[in-house]
Amino acid sequence: MEGRRTEPRGALVRPYAVTRGRTEPRRDITLEAVLSASATAVTESRFAGHDKHRIATICEGRAQSLAEIAAYTRMPLGVTRVLVADMVAEGLLTLHTAAPTMGFVERMNLLGRVLSGLREL
Amino acid sequence: MDFANYDPAGAGREITSAKIVVAGGFGVGKTTLVGAISEITPLTTEAVMTAAGVGIDDPSKVPGKETTTVAMDFGRITMAQDLILYLFGTPGQTRFWFMWDEIIRGAVGAAVLVDTRRITDAFAPLDYFENRKLPYVVALNRFDGAPDYELEEVREALAIPADVPLVLTDARSRDSVKKVLVTVVEHAMSRLQAEHDRGHPTPVG
Ligand SMILES: Nc1nc2c(ncn2[C@@H]2O[C@H](COP(=O)(O)OP(=O)(O)O)[C@@H](O)[C@H]2O)c(=O)[nH]1
Ligand SMILES: [Mg+2]
Repeated sequence: MEGRRTEPRGALVRPYAVTRGRTEPRRDITLEAVLSASATAVTESRFAGHDKHRIATICEGRAQSLAEIAAYTRMPLGVTRVLVADMVAEGLLTLHTAAPTMGFVERMNLLGRVLSGLREL
Repeated sequence: MDFANYDPAGAGREITSAKIVVAGGFGVGKTTLVGAISEITPLTTEAVMTAAGVGIDDPSKVPGKETTTVAMDFGRITMAQDLILYLFGTPGQTRFWFMWDEIIRGAVGAAVLVDTRRITDAFAPLDYFENRKLPYVVALNRFDGAPDYELEEVREALAIPADVPLVLTDARSRDSVKKVLVTVVEHAMSRLQAEHDRGHPTPVG
């Protein structure tokens, strides 16, 4: 990770500047898509601006969905999605499995797990 | 323990999330239902869209256009270290169809809540789901003093197709809500199986 970046991305890069055109939001990050951050990523995110650092911190102890990140940061969903997509591209967040892309067997297995999870509540 | 690799959020492990949608008009008990079973107090997310109901990512990009904010609330059930179920309530106002499309994308299925005191409020949400591929069930949330309709009377009045499960619920009761969600998942499984057997898998969302 260290030293791979060619352009400095200090705290002076303000998040809204990032949302203005550099990265198109990813429609494939659904509301329930889950994101997590490693301790290393949280440390690294200090240099990515206040909002990104906040997002990384939220996703460190416990994986959080896009919707949860938006709710905890009180940022609108669209803005949050752009920042999150950006952070995934930068390696600051890990994006987990998106259920919609699964085939029949995978979907059936997932539904079965959700069903038993509900019954065990 | 090797702290350099300490990873409580599971950044290095694959986590799957699933979503069930709770739909219905204003005041039918969506937030109550989500809160009855969620491990967190229901959270609210806001989306900004134009007055015409089109979603936008950044309000600053459309200066001068009238924008409106739509709120939706949701809950979470962590079922295993690698499996999380989210429950999303739709915005009460059915004119925000854009937001409904966003909410149902990739969902396992939906429960449409109906308040028997205001049965006609259910027409718009039911129309919406009838024109989508998403499996859904209808749950009658019986409020105190509501007319005591038979389930089949309600099915007829709302023209709910015979293959759509219809159940009674109390959105305040965790056990009752659990049954509704189990019905949604079972229905989704039988639909998926039937489509697979016919060889015509329905695209998701
Ligand atoms: N008696 C009764 N009241 C309910 C029930 N479900 C919700 N309510 C009440 O109805 C009101 C509207 O519920 P809410 O969950 O906010 O509706 P939403 O607009 O669909 O999210 C609240 O005051 C709830 O406490 C129910 O099953 N029985
Ligand atoms: Mg509500």
